[in-house]
Amino acid sequence: MTNVDRATTGGRPRIFLVEDHTVFRAGVRAELGDAVEVIGEADEVAAAIELINERLPDVVLLDVHLPGGGGQAVLRGVLPTHPEVQFLALSVSDAPEDVIAVIRAGARGYITKTISGGELLQAVYRIAAGDAFFSPRLAGFVLDAFSQMSAETGTLITRLDPELDQLSPREREVLRLIARGYTYKEVARDLTIAAKTVESHVSSVLRKLQLSTRHELTRWATDRRLV
Amino acid sequence: MRRSTDARVLAGICGGLSRATGIDVTILRIGFVLIGLASGVPVLMYALAWLVVPVEGETTNIFSRAINDRRGIRLVIAVVPVVVVTQIVVSALHIGFVGIISWPVFLAVGLTILTWRNAGEAERVWMDDNLVPMLSLGSDGGGRAKLVLRAAAGALLGAGGIVVLILGHPSTAALRPLGGALLVIAAIVVIFGPWWLSLARDLMSEREARAMAEERAQMAAHVHDSVLQTLALIQRSADDPQNVVRLARVQERELRAWLFESRAPGAISEDATMLAEGVGLLQRHVEADHGITVQVVLVGDCDLTDGLRALLNAAREATVNAAKWSGAPQVSLYAEVEPHAVMLYVRDRGRGFEPAEVPDDRQGIAQSIKARMARYGGTVVIRSLPGEGTDVELSMPR
Repeated sequence: MTNVDRATTGGRPRIFLVEDHTVFRAGVRAELGDAVEVIGEADEVAAAIELINERLPDVVLLDVHLPGGGGQAVLRGVLPTHPEVQFLALSVSDAPEDVIAVIRAGARGYITKTISGGELLQAVYRIAAGDAFFSPRLAGFVLDAFSQMSAETGTLITRLDPELDQLSPREREVLRLIARGYTYKEVARDLTIAAKTVESHVSSVLRKLQLSTRHELTRWATDRRLV
Repeated sequence: MRRSTDARVLAGICGGLSRATGIDVTILRIGFVLIGLASGVPVLMYALAWLVVPVEGETTNIFSRAINDRRGIRLVIAVVPVVVVTQIVVSALHIGFVGIISWPVFLAVGLTILTWRNAGEAERVWMDDNLVPMLSLGSDGGGRAKLVLRAAAGALLGAGGIVVLILGHPSTAALRPLGGALLVIAAIVVIFGPWWLSLARDLMSEREARAMAEERAQMAAHVHDSVLQTLALIQRSADDPQNVVRLARVQERELRAWLFESRAPGAISEDATMLAEGVGLLQRHVEADHGITVQVVLVGDCDLTDGLRALLNAAREATVNAAKWSGAPQVSLYAEVEPHAVMLYVRDRGRGFEPAEVPDDRQGIAQSIKARMARYGGTVVIRSLPGEGTDVELSMPR
């Protein structure tokens, strides 16, 4: 079930790459090496949807910026019919609105392309195991999004589902440490909680992010377009 | 023995001596001044020690550099005729009892010239900042108080000279040797005058050349810091046209400001008006200067105040430290704007250190971060363990 089990039982996650830069695809293949099984590649939206629906990989590495509709279009083309496929988003540009949009469309994690090979593998394992993976950058975006929401709509929050629109203090702490560059293990040690608990906090944040119906979240994203 | 850098009035010799012997530095200083006024020999010894004893943290002394300074040695030789002239006047007036006008003092002056010209970079900066204003008594555009002080000092010296002249020689006949002395002085001036003049001219042109070299170095440093680094960044983000345009625009603005409004670019304190902008500048500079990746995560944004500028400068210091010492390829910088404060964390996964066993030079850096923050009411917490990296937590009220 966890990444360790996978590694020891020899069940290598089956990976699909959706990415329009050939050089980067080759680089990712080389970095992941034998630890995973790359079962396919695509460089644009239509081909990606077709191939993923056909081959059903464990994890799709999805470029946020993609010709023909972006990473979101791929998510919309796969998840309704095959919700078991997990998506890990990656990009170079880090525009918050794109990242949040892809996460809200169903990706379970986000990493920047500058990530090291070892960390990339960690992220892939975590996503394959059904967990969420937050890079420091994503943790920052999420904290920013939620703090703006509560600042702007303070009194309205009670009207809708308050659970979904606010982070708990503990979730906030966890995100803050991730944003500071801590690994899950270090977060767990710092807060003296179990690593599993850290994972469940992150998953719960992801759920809030995806299910929150507040349009402030989308508005926050568009406001940020100027940054 | 080393010359002290923190307990120093002039060269830090009393401070160093006090550390070596355990005698209180104030007692040493008072004794030194008293004996110095009487005989002048300690003054010479002081100048010699300045030249020969290395400053704290250095292994070579100033003398090893001065030996190659031809122009400086010529200057010292030029002092010799002045000494001769003064000695003649002194003996003519029979005022040899005033110890301060004796040959050791003049020799000390000569040695100090050598010291001045050949001191290390750090010491020279210190002298320029602390001793030059003291000597000039604010002659360049100083306030009224300094003018009065200078006039008073001049009047006191003049009056002292006249009193010595009159008291020492009640009969005018005894002033006759003074006439002879004046003739000798005139002769020396005629013989050495042109040489002194050319020496002065030499010094002037040397000064000009140095100023020019400094200006060129500054220009080169600036072009390197801004233009070349931006070009490198543009190459790195070639596949992101939006970013290229942004970089080019920022650089253009900076260059214009520098060329036509003579505003020094680069400094966080001057260019940025918002926290995000300042953090971005910090990241760019450290990445370009130290070849390390600075991973920035910023939550919220606000206007920069003086306190927050200090926060950014302290953060830059911490980031540069991590780049220099940790050995890690990446530093994480996280900043969050809270209602009443801005929190900023700098973290690396490098080799770390034992905070209790901090070497002296790093202690200084920590102090500079701490002092900088404390000035505006901010706080610093540094956590580190050998092998586990370093975590610097900075907090500054808004």
